Amino acid sequence: MIAGDTISTRKKRALFLLLMPITLVLGIFFLIPLGIMITYSFLEPGLYGGVEWNWYPYNYGRILGWPLNDYEEFEPIYLAIFLNSLKIAGLTVLFSLLICYPAAFWVSRMSPRRKNFVLFLITLPFFANLLIRIYAWLLLLRPTGFINSLLQGVGLIDQPLDMLFSNFAVIVGMVYIFTPFMFLPIYANVEKLDYSLVRASQDLGAGPVQTFLRVILPLTAPGIIGGSIIVFIPALGNFIVPAFLGGSKVQMTGNLIERSFLQSRDWPFGAALALLIMGSVVLLLVIQFARASRRESRGAA
Amino acid sequence: MVFLQIASVHKAYATPEGALVRALDDVTINVKNNEFLTLLGPSGCGKTTLLKCLAGFEDMDGGDIILEGKSLRSVPAHHRPLNTVFQNYALFPHMTVAQNIGYGLDVAGVKKPERDRRVGEALEMVGLEGFGGRRPAQLSGGQQQRVALARSLILKPRILLLDEPLSALDRKMRESMQIELKNLQHTVGITFIFVTHDQEEALAMSDRIAVFNHGRLQQIGNSTEIYDTPANDFVANFVGTSNLFAGKVIARNNGLLIVETANGRKLVGTGDRFAIGDSVKLVLRPEHLRITGPDEPASDHAISGTITDAVFVGSVVRVHVDVGFGRTAILHQKYDRRGLGSALNPGTAVTIVYSPEAAHIIPEGA
Repeated sequence: MIAGDTISTRKKRALFLLLMPITLVLGIFFLIPLGIMITYSFLEPGLYGGVEWNWYPYNYGRILGWPLNDYEEFEPIYLAIFLNSLKIAGLTVLFSLLICYPAAFWVSRMSPRRKNFVLFLITLPFFANLLIRIYAWLLLLRPTGFINSLLQGVGLIDQPLDMLFSNFAVIVGMVYIFTPFMFLPIYANVEKLDYSLVRASQDLGAGPVQTFLRVILPLTAPGIIGGSIIVFIPALGNFIVPAFLGGSKVQMTGNLIERSFLQSRDWPFGAALALLIMGSVVLLLVIQFARASRRESRGAA
Repeated sequence: MVFLQIASVHKAYATPEGALVRALDDVTINVKNNEFLTLLGPSGCGKTTLLKCLAGFEDMDGGDIILEGKSLRSVPAHHRPLNTVFQNYALFPHMTVAQNIGYGLDVAGVKKPERDRRVGEALEMVGLEGFGGRRPAQLSGGQQQRVALARSLILKPRILLLDEPLSALDRKMRESMQIELKNLQHTVGITFIFVTHDQEEALAMSDRIAVFNHGRLQQIGNSTEIYDTPANDFVANFVGTSNLFAGKVIARNNGLLIVETANGRKLVGTGDRFAIGDSVKLVLRPEHLRITGPDEPASDHAISGTITDAVFVGSVVRVHVDVGFGRTAILHQKYDRRGLGSALNPGTAVTIVYSPEAAHIIPEGA
């Protein structure tokens, strides 16, 4: 051992070594590609794919609509698709929250054995391939599918409902695949909710609604926010679910990006779209973070 | 009219194994207004269950709780004029001290100026002026305790329920809070029902103590009644230390009863409800036993034995004496700063005497 090799220098060295893998992975496979994306999004698309190394801000212009050059047009459809994506992701968050929040309370008060079993059930869908699960929804929702046959069979409807290839179908599929991601953070938070606080609230004269709004909701808010972020971000960029269940009628930004890269081979435009999604998500997170830290500092004051 | 009637309350639980546990078995207590009543007993004796029934967190299986003539049976917790100080204080971690204390007023829709004034008064009452903006996590245990008290008392409840509120504090803090709580109860003039498993705490604070075991009320009375004249051997053992000697009453002499044990030992004590031939137990407190001096006259009810241990615990020396037939008696010898001396060496043969007036007789097997 080297002289002066204190515990604290050894700790620092261990920390450095332990953090090396994640630093390398993130550096090589995230930051560098991100740099390439940003660069490409400002370059001119090549005629047969690839890029021309010219300054070209019109990829963003096509989406957001500022002065264009001659042969690229502003199409409000891109913004409309982006807004629809925001709406679908938002509704996905809302519905999975409505499903998971009460369920989390229910599960949290089970006996430990049942609790573990239910948690296992929640992760069970991951054992089946995502594409198969979404395809199953296609079979359920199509005009001759299970749900329509059932409803027609019991005589509730005459004509099959047109459920497939709509925002509805996309939201159903999204809620279905993202429910576990909403459930687990909420559950982790609800589980450690101290029930004596609920009793204290009742004891001090608060009825069920007041107790919920003043005590339970604020104390479980971190789980709700965490779950919402974890669901919202991948839902916003998702392209598999709209590809299957939205058909050509429902487009999300994810589908546009996929098409730009794979079909039209317009890499700069795809890169610009992807960065806009990323930018809006980062913006939302920054706002949330700022609000949370402001609340924190208010509390400490 | 009785202030609060706890009338033959029953409550049973099914354990996960399917057994039925009687948490409260025919409990009847009449509580007076402005009383400091302590529910004392070991864990699982039903005292906390009774508190929960009072607060409205548990349904009763039978019986009734009647406050000033009105049954609380079907009144939900948030409409009962009782407030609770919880064992772990249950302060809302996402609120400041002032928000915690003002919670009940906010819920009741009290206007802001009035609310702020009363919160200020409550903070002052518990000596926490200037702490209103802090979070509970930034307070010490004793301070959190005060916030919990203020939060409950600000609503001017008819009864304040306290669920082992001092158990999380260290000994010094606990002793000073005992006095503070007692004084606070006098100041606010509210009935306190205080749950504890700590008999010293109960003796120190209470107007009356209700001793519980296995869901049954064992005895109710003021501190000296409970200590001097325990109703049965559970109370005798749980409250303070007792040396119990079982035997039969063989004679009555000037109001004193002579009790003979199975081994032929004759002891003398007081008790009025007994007839000759009754099976009884004699309760001897350690501080009532005394080792005789070398030239003291013999007593007819003395106990002779051999010292097995002498433990110095500060104010007294706790002496264990083997009194024969496999029995050990514990007695407290005053400590007078002259060292333990050789008089208390293990192996020393001693004679123990006591005043028959201090020997309380209880029924056998009660």
